[in-house]
Amino acid sequence: MNYLTQAIQWITDPANAAGANGVWARMAEHFLYTVVAVAVAALVAVPLGYLVGHTRRGRGVVVVTSGAARALPTLGVLTLAGLVLGIGLAAPMLALVLLAFPSILAGAYAGVEAIDPVTVDSARGLGLSGWQVLTRVEIPLGLPLLIGGIRSAFLQVVATATLAAYVGAGGLGRFLFLGLKTQDYPQMLAASLLVVALAVAFDIAFESVEWLVRRVVPSGRREASA
Amino acid sequence: MIEFRSVGKTYPDGTIAVADFSLIAPSGRTTVLVGSSGCGKTTLLRMVNRMVSPTSGSVWIDDLDVATTDPVALRRRIGYVMQNAGLLPHRKVIDNIATVPRLTGVSKAAAHVRALELMDLVGLDRAMAGRYPGQLSGGQQQRVGVARGLAADPNILLMDEPFGAVDPIVRAELQQELLRLQRELHKTILFITHDISEALLLGDQIVILRRGADIAQAGSGLEIIARPADEFVAEFVGLGGERQLDIRRVGDVEIVLDGSGRPLGQVSARS
Repeated sequence: MNYLTQAIQWITDPANAAGANGVWARMAEHFLYTVVAVAVAALVAVPLGYLVGHTRRGRGVVVVTSGAARALPTLGVLTLAGLVLGIGLAAPMLALVLLAFPSILAGAYAGVEAIDPVTVDSARGLGLSGWQVLTRVEIPLGLPLLIGGIRSAFLQVVATATLAAYVGAGGLGRFLFLGLKTQDYPQMLAASLLVVALAVAFDIAFESVEWLVRRVVPSGRREASA
Repeated sequence: MIEFRSVGKTYPDGTIAVADFSLIAPSGRTTVLVGSSGCGKTTLLRMVNRMVSPTSGSVWIDDLDVATTDPVALRRRIGYVMQNAGLLPHRKVIDNIATVPRLTGVSKAAAHVRALELMDLVGLDRAMAGRYPGQLSGGQQQRVGVARGLAADPNILLMDEPFGAVDPIVRAELQQELLRLQRELHKTILFITHDISEALLLGDQIVILRRGADIAQAGSGLEIIARPADEFVAEFVGLGGERQLDIRRVGDVEIVLDGSGRPLGQVSARS
């Protein structure tokens, strides 16, 4: 209880708030790392997932690869990448992108795969080209699961982005590692609380997005179309 | 006119869906392919709009071999109505109906006007236009499916068990609507069903299929009931069973009884 009070005091202390090493700056860094890592992962994973879902080819490869990628220990990847890429942002970014990748890939691919095959077949039968089936049927109907995948990627990355500080980059991890080295446990706890707050904020934002999507795009899932 | 010239379909695993099938479906008429499930009738239907490619033979629409056409363009000028309507769940009824006209470059406003007319034609309240398919009953969804099939005013309408998934009362209603529509529109319809009663009701030409899309008999309903080609056909259409009728005199009227002796109706007096 004592630590918690001290941690909250640490967060609310104006001395810790401002400046390049202040709470706000580190929080912004942390936010930025998360968004960039998820965006980069999505840039590759979304088209790849839709490609696999649309063509129904390479499913096995995707399942095995994303399963294996999920099993990668991020700290191990970070250390390895750090040895190659050196101190700085490159190594943690690579590790975070790898972390975000499987969830997004699975979301994109599963979103397309879960569409009632009758819907896709009838769209083709009407005379939609392959591209039109993808853009007008598969992408809109797959959207809810894709957003779910991106959501879980965000949550994993926002928590793990603390590791960036391990190899000299910024983010809320700075306070964690600093606190660890100086045995300043209230500071560590404060940093953890800030990460949690960020994660909750992300989650609430996504919940709102999903709610909106559900209203705009009526479900095309199998159970709903029966 | 749709013509099947010795078409066959053998799947890579050796399954023969269609052995060797030839048929002419005349223009402006309804041809019904009827057979048990797995007899290859859906495969035949899907060859017409190139959803399936035959492994031998060819399908012709008038004097055009469909194999030489662009499949996407071909499908846009053929109406296609499926069993579960296959509506796009994320599009409103009106947009579902307007799908093909929109694809072929008709303006949204014009396509919507046409869609509303089609809703009148198939007996759908215009108030349904803004609903999503999930908010409609099975029968209503099927009407939307028919309207969508007619949207581009195609000459040919392919109907794959379109009324198979609705309850018998709604089915009877939809069948009557289709007869009415056909009297107005004179489309070349290729209709698939496993229900011989539906075939007899709707078909100008009825084709009874055995496994492998082997034609057991083709002809009008009258011809088939009067002269079934063999045992298989006789049994399939219910002769010897429910459709083996008796006439009995009761006083000065003649009544018709079905196979189990239940009265069906009177024979009309005109000779």
